[in-house]
Amino acid sequence: MNPTGAALSPSRVVLENGVVVTTRETRKTPAVTINLAMRAGSMCDPPDAPGAIYLLSRLIDRGTAHHSAAQIAEILEDRGISLAITVNRHVLSMVCTCLAEDFEVVASMLAAILVEPSFPEAELATRKGEVVTAIAQDEDSPYVKALERLLALLYGADHPYGRPAKGTPDSIEALTRERLLALHHARFAPSELSAVIVGDVESDHVADVTRRLFGDWGVPQPAAVPLSPPTPATGRRRLVLPMMNKAQADIAYGFTTIRRNDPSFYACSLMNNILGQYAMGGRLGDSIRERQGMAYYVSTAFDAGLIEGPLMVRAGVGPANVDRAIRSIDEELIAIRKDGVTEKELAESRQYLIGSMPRALETNGGIANFLQNAEFFGLGSDFDVRLPDYLRRVTLDEVNEAARRLVDPERATVVIAGPYQGNEGMRE
Amino acid sequence: MTTLANGLKVIVQEEHTAPLASVWCWYKVGSKDERPGLTGVSHWVEHMNFKGTTNIPRDAVKGIIEQFGGSWNGYTWIDETTYLETATRDALDRMLFIESERMARCLYDPDDCESERTVIISELQGGENDPDQLLDQELTATAFKAHTYRHPTIGWLSDLQSMTRDDLYGYYRRYYIPNNAVLVIVGDVDPDDALRRAEHHFGPIAAGDVPPRIQTVEPEQTGERRVVLRKPGTTAYLKVGYHAPAARDAGFFPALVLDAVLTGAKGINLWSSFRVTPPQRRSRLYRALVDTGLASSVSGSVMPTEQPFLYTISATATSGTPLEAVEEKVLRELERVHAEGITEPELKSAQRQLRARMIFDNDSVTNIAHQLGYFETIAGADLFLDAGARIDNVTLQQVGEIAHVMLLRSNRTVGWFDPLPVTSAGEDEAA
Repeated sequence: MNPTGAALSPSRVVLENGVVVTTRETRKTPAVTINLAMRAGSMCDPPDAPGAIYLLSRLIDRGTAHHSAAQIAEILEDRGISLAITVNRHVLSMVCTCLAEDFEVVASMLAAILVEPSFPEAELATRKGEVVTAIAQDEDSPYVKALERLLALLYGADHPYGRPAKGTPDSIEALTRERLLALHHARFAPSELSAVIVGDVESDHVADVTRRLFGDWGVPQPAAVPLSPPTPATGRRRLVLPMMNKAQADIAYGFTTIRRNDPSFYACSLMNNILGQYAMGGRLGDSIRERQGMAYYVSTAFDAGLIEGPLMVRAGVGPANVDRAIRSIDEELIAIRKDGVTEKELAESRQYLIGSMPRALETNGGIANFLQNAEFFGLGSDFDVRLPDYLRRVTLDEVNEAARRLVDPERATVVIAGPYQGNEGMRE
Repeated sequence: MTTLANGLKVIVQEEHTAPLASVWCWYKVGSKDERPGLTGVSHWVEHMNFKGTTNIPRDAVKGIIEQFGGSWNGYTWIDETTYLETATRDALDRMLFIESERMARCLYDPDDCESERTVIISELQGGENDPDQLLDQELTATAFKAHTYRHPTIGWLSDLQSMTRDDLYGYYRRYYIPNNAVLVIVGDVDPDDALRRAEHHFGPIAAGDVPPRIQTVEPEQTGERRVVLRKPGTTAYLKVGYHAPAARDAGFFPALVLDAVLTGAKGINLWSSFRVTPPQRRSRLYRALVDTGLASSVSGSVMPTEQPFLYTISATATSGTPLEAVEEKVLRELERVHAEGITEPELKSAQRQLRARMIFDNDSVTNIAHQLGYFETIAGADLFLDAGARIDNVTLQQVGEIAHVMLLRSNRTVGWFDPLPVTSAGEDEAA
């Protein structure tokens, strides 16, 4: 049993060609969420074509071997369906919710989009224009710029974890239809697909439908993309990106940390919750927002990955408060490293992370995300049942060790973007 | 719905799909109730109401709902201020206790008021970093010349700099009374038990005097208005706003259908509908602007509001496309629908889309509770409960009429964010 009172106990079927189909029946609403994750995220960009997967994601639902863009829109949109196609480092995701009665026709459409996209030439220039505009918008956003430059410093500007998913205007403009077709052929394969279906539909029916849709797909498994581990920072780095036309500065302050399969993952998660998440920003929120009133937002994000993922402190502050906010972040990190956390803090964060599972697993979309994450990292179909125990087993010493290991201000990389010039650090 | 002796309306709805309960407490006060000099006070008051009460010391606020795995939040907009907790069902009593304390016994410590001033100014500045948000603020201020919908909910900076603790506290006492509030409980609860607990926590709070309201009605707009922002930036944005029907007006649901045809069906849940892109690829403006490469995105917004607000269309010009070209295409499409209305297939498609979205948008206790409370606060919960039928009953003629009445040139305000070049240091080259 998990904290919702009933285990998810999804049905998990692996087709002969490697497609993994996970189904969880629910009867909350007469609707079904379809979540397809293809292990072809932006880390699969060819080294000379950053942004290729992102552009591919903008184009993939604009035509298949048997459907025009207009026909795809008609099939999905007449049913009220909005298909969200997103890309992160690891996967390209296609997610939508449909009425239960439409499940089969919608699943068929999504399978055609995934397996046999045509990338029409006529659509390519338009989608390039959208992506180039989106890159320009990112360049005007202190929040995004600070984040992108931080990741580039932590991992290297050409590393799959360090380069921006959208690429550059030049790399996008250089991409051709042939290049996208070749990339799709090379990286989209049944062995890389995890289909999670949650909602008012029977698992046997889902298995039949997915077998019919994906069973004959016979592309061989692609070679793994090499991912070099980051070089840990040996000293403090600071980069200032002055954007004097802006009103507020954004701070991105971070480290490389651990892999998702590191045994200390749960201790690190609890430490992260105490430091920068619990009850509106954890200790950092207490200090910087609540006690000092410096920022509208401050919190941490911990994202253990296939390699050592980042832990980032993010804050938005007025230009006059940048230095004070960074000093306060330093002080909180020094305190948690030196003095550790209290038993009370650990108990509260643990109780919160376990107790929040019923909310995370309330909706079909929430369940699908949970199951997809468990599939990606090989956590098992019963991860919802085991997760509370993993959190309960973490000791105070392990959390304190995680703090000492992960967050050292002397090895922090700090990026500030906004109406701030500073007087030290690198400039671009 | 039950009304307690002190005037508090209580709505309880059972939903047994998860072991959760969601509690929302709504107040009929928003930025439209603010007079000059006090703009932003509703939102600042909302912030102060998370900072401890007589029976919840400041230090005890942190974790009070997280102990139950719960989340909490609040928001303020033009007509309403609301607070919510969603947590496991065993936290129901705790959630009701928190909301009753919030209604009657918040502290407003002077130091906390001062500290929050900079937090809110930081929130305002964060919003100004986004040119699209800045343009929206300026467009609204231009479209309204008399009604208090004209100022932003966050307030004007000078008011945030000068407002005092007594301004905040006085406003709080005036509007946070049971006879100006709606309590909503949705989830895995027993309705009789939930109502008893609500009575226990809120019953002793005395009713107050009915708060004063600003009576200004926006005069009819008699000519096109324009606002052009020229600031450093990388991207050009266009907005076109029209005075639109209020939620209770006969034209509201036809306007919702009209917007679905023009920019895609969004649904009517402010809390969840706008987090995903609507199905819009067959919509008229998407095809006219995005498929032709003039804009990278287009969206429409017709919100359920207590009094007539705006129907706003927003477009982001693709790099290199002049705003004139985007505006011309938008206006041409709007003039076409103004003159000719929509077609029968478009009507049927929009109705199907809107009905589906209403199912998708009501998949959690939090979302259901939001909708019941939101509509009861601004217009009456019946409007939400009947929304499906109201959408189904919209006729071609009604959509044609609202397009004809609303999309008049004299009723529109056009806004441009026309970016100036950014130097390497982000300074205004032209300055």
